[in-house]
Amino acid sequence: MWLCNSSVGRKVVMSVTGLALVLFLTFHACMNVVAIFSGESYNMICKFLGANWYAVVGTVALGALVVIHFVYALLLTLQNRKARGQSRYAVTSKPEKVEWASQNMFVLGIIICLGLCLHLFNFWWNMMAAELLHTTGLAHAPADGYAWIEEVFSNPVFFGLYLVWFCALWFHLTHGIWSGLQTLGLSGKTWFSRIKCISQVWSTLVVLMFVAVAVFFFVKSFICPSPTCYPL
Amino acid sequence: MAKNISFTIRYWKQNGPKDTGHFDEREMHDIPDDTSFLEMLDILNEQLIEDGQEPFTFDHDCREGICGMCSLYINGTPHGKTERGATTCQLYMRRFNDGDVITVEPWRSAAFPVIKDCMVDRSAFDKIIAAGGYTTIRTGQAQDANAILIPKENADEAMDCATCIGCGACVAACKNGSAMLFVSSKVSQLALLPQGRPEAAKRAKAMIAKMDELGFGNCTNTRACEAVCPKSESIANIARLNREFLKAKICD
Repeated sequence: MWLCNSSVGRKVVMSVTGLALVLFLTFHACMNVVAIFSGESYNMICKFLGANWYAVVGTVALGALVVIHFVYALLLTLQNRKARGQSRYAVTSKPEKVEWASQNMFVLGIIICLGLCLHLFNFWWNMMAAELLHTTGLAHAPADGYAWIEEVFSNPVFFGLYLVWFCALWFHLTHGIWSGLQTLGLSGKTWFSRIKCISQVWSTLVVLMFVAVAVFFFVKSFICPSPTCYPL
Repeated sequence: MAKNISFTIRYWKQNGPKDTGHFDEREMHDIPDDTSFLEMLDILNEQLIEDGQEPFTFDHDCREGICGMCSLYINGTPHGKTERGATTCQLYMRRFNDGDVITVEPWRSAAFPVIKDCMVDRSAFDKIIAAGGYTTIRTGQAQDANAILIPKENADEAMDCATCIGCGACVAACKNGSAMLFVSSKVSQLALLPQGRPEAAKRAKAMIAKMDELGFGNCTNTRACEAVCPKSESIANIARLNREFLKAKICD
């Protein structure tokens, strides 16, 4: 199968899974921003995406995308290390054109995976998983997403960790988006700079939306510490 | 007015692919700065021979930037740092300062095993070309030059791709040991012309399969290759190769 046997095929798998995850992140970020404007609307979305069959199917599909993206990244990294050989240059210099992110995608990916684990523990475990497993005795109702956001981002440690995570995500996306399009052959002499620009703007917007929510709730925890109640 | 410079040269010595290799050092005195880098190495070798030592081995041939033989990794950059694309033979000592330490290494990549010192085996590139980097033609009477019309921009672009001399600087600079810039330039120079179209799909598949088989890495679009290419080949070629390959696979 050429998607695993050929170098371009393997990159196509990385590209397609990566770009699909970018679309998911965009959707996720838009959804999060709702919480800043209206807790009630946000909880409505949470309820809609609770333990319903379509949300569970979506989550499994997303999990599969992440696993494929990660397994291929590991495979590519190992193969590339082998192709580079045992001997290393004594003196190296990085050309200006070469961006730091492009040479550290795997490390950034690992940071993103760790952040993802924390994120699943903070939210998914208490929300969708709690509904599916009928967990009782939680601080908030599983569909009360607003209360969970308030709780997580009032903790400065979690807030700091999430910011590091978003930083890594930004670096990963600035290279990932254009690189994915280049792998699919959608680049060229004219389109290269456009794709690079789209990539920068898109990743910055997505990450800024995530950061905005985290900062808003962190600041809010100082200004009005008592949690707000919204009907579920 | 040329001035003379003195510097230390650290050059890689390695007896074959299995040897671990090491650096040798030598002080070079009063080298005119209009000496080319390879002429400076000739002077080094003359001195080594006079001292009864083994000369330093490196590849070189035309010394005018078109053959693709010279291949030295100088101070962390393939072919050394210049303002524009240039091969090692087009590098001059005026790029260096008095008192510098100049480190010379071979291309380091698994697909390019060291033969001796800084001479590496780049026959992997020839094998990739042999796998499909040509057009099958029925030779005979030369046909009229205007029989097949080609848009000027396509002809120019194909010519730019064809200027790739296969020196291997792209592989040497790549942290993944990928040969995609070379392969994509060689696929593009034919894919852009009508004469290359009939075999375009077959060529892209065959050359990529050979490239993978020979142990080159997977391209991760770091752009280190185009930054060091002495012929300024663009990664737009890599996008074109990806397109050609994907089209071929989807049509299968």
